[in-house]
Amino acid sequence: MELSQSKINVTTHYDEYIKKTKYGKIKTKAFNLSNIIINITIISLILLTVYGFISFDYKDLNLFNAIYETFTNIKTMFLSPSISHFTLTDALYQVLITIGLAFLTTLFGSIIAIILGLFAAKNLSSERVSNSIKGFVAFVRAVPTVLWVLIFAVAAGLGSVAAVIGMTFHTIGYLIKAYSESFEEIDEGVIEALKASGANWWQIIFQAVLPSSLTYILSWTFMRFEINFTNAVAMGAAAGAGGIGFELFMASGFYFNVHEVGFITYLILAFAMILEISSTRLKNNYIA
Amino acid sequence: MELDVMKKKNRKFMLFWIALIGITGFFMVITKYDPIKSFTSIPKAIVWTLTNFYPNSNSIEKLPSILSKLKETIFLSIAATTTASAFALLFGLFGSKTTKINNLLGVLSRTIASIFRNIPIVAWAMILLFSFGQNALTGYFALFFVTFGFLTRAFIETIDEASYESVEALRATGATYFQIVFQGVIPSSIPQIISWVLFMTETNIRSSTLVGILTGTGVGFVFNIYYKSMDYNSASLVVISIILTVFAIEITSNYIRRVIL
Repeated sequence: MELSQSKINVTTHYDEYIKKTKYGKIKTKAFNLSNIIINITIISLILLTVYGFISFDYKDLNLFNAIYETFTNIKTMFLSPSISHFTLTDALYQVLITIGLAFLTTLFGSIIAIILGLFAAKNLSSERVSNSIKGFVAFVRAVPTVLWVLIFAVAAGLGSVAAVIGMTFHTIGYLIKAYSESFEEIDEGVIEALKASGANWWQIIFQAVLPSSLTYILSWTFMRFEINFTNAVAMGAAAGAGGIGFELFMASGFYFNVHEVGFITYLILAFAMILEISSTRLKNNYIA
Repeated sequence: MELDVMKKKNRKFMLFWIALIGITGFFMVITKYDPIKSFTSIPKAIVWTLTNFYPNSNSIEKLPSILSKLKETIFLSIAATTTASAFALLFGLFGSKTTKINNLLGVLSRTIASIFRNIPIVAWAMILLFSFGQNALTGYFALFFVTFGFLTRAFIETIDEASYESVEALRATGATYFQIVFQGVIPSSIPQIISWVLFMTETNIRSSTLVGILTGTGVGFVFNIYYKSMDYNSASLVVISIILTVFAIEITSNYIRRVIL
């Protein structure tokens, strides 16, 4: 009796700090705005997904048949790839063209993005300039790459010029955001010290800002190169930019040759994986 | 001595620029990229956009049909992202260093994710087009595969970063694997996971436009029809509606991120 009495005394001492449910159990979860928003987000995503599946126009598709056929096609693709409309040298040359499109796009995009990124960084430019560049960039990024390419294709004609300009637009949008954020992370003291010693804006940029964010710039640029390679494949298929993407489009959309699609897919997969591995290496070596 | 270092640095710098210019020239030749044409076509494109690429009264009439296709595209990307994220979470748990069951399963799930991620969405779309035809599900599966590959990598990194200490602590108290996952790993990484899911939803709206052009579904298909029939006023309305959608999703997800992260 006495023992239990003392036990109650100990707990009552902390009682005011412990939140309990109406059944007397101690609450282990705190209900704050963050948790509520997380739950609302998850529930609404699930509801939207369910509604989406109900509302899709399936056009009397025989789902099991289609899935079965797709599996057969994937099996044919990956187990018996072959080429019939071009040689291996041609295929590698087409991949080189795709890499070339990605390279040109990344180069032009990163040069323009470094310059505009300096003006978009809040610590290097004025609030108004920075906000207007960031607003413009958000607009550029909202338009899908393929639409930029097709819009430019009206003026420049379908081909590598329209593809490079269109993809450069999107690259600029992406890289300005990445670069300006890494410029904004630079220690304010460094810039202040240079300013105090009488350095002008260009000296601050070339002696402090660019050298200290060079590794970030490099790894973001390479990451974008990786994305641009995939984009260049897509533009070859959807916007007549040439390269391996166009061959893929021809093999599947014109010749209906699953074996050739398999071969091209292997080729793209190999190059994409090489790029991904080098990008990860670069990131781990320089950033982390 | 000082001068030598400077000279060496300058020489390296020069070599870098020469190599860069050389590579650029080489690629310009093989891609048949004409730099002069690209400079002259930019002002031409701007003039053309300002004089031709705006919605007029004729195109406003087509708004209902554009919006119904846009709705399909939005739900397609949300459905693909949500279902892919469920699978990616499972593979992420298997692939992460802190929560892996065994090494073999870890390597296997990383490899599968890498293959799915690196086969471009175009290839998936073309493969699926063979048997699914012009169907919403073609786009759904193409988006699903790429999203699954990407999110698995993102989730593995998130789980590795967020939960090592809590997993160690839970393991010390004798918690089972499922208790560790549901009480430690998922609660501590859920904000980051949701942030990735929102990012992917936004990206997928853009990708599904591309997939739509290739497979004849959703908003990409309507754009392609107007574009090819040179009805640029209606095509511009499609672009504007895509921009507004992406902005709306971006604003919502930025709000959610600000609160939960």
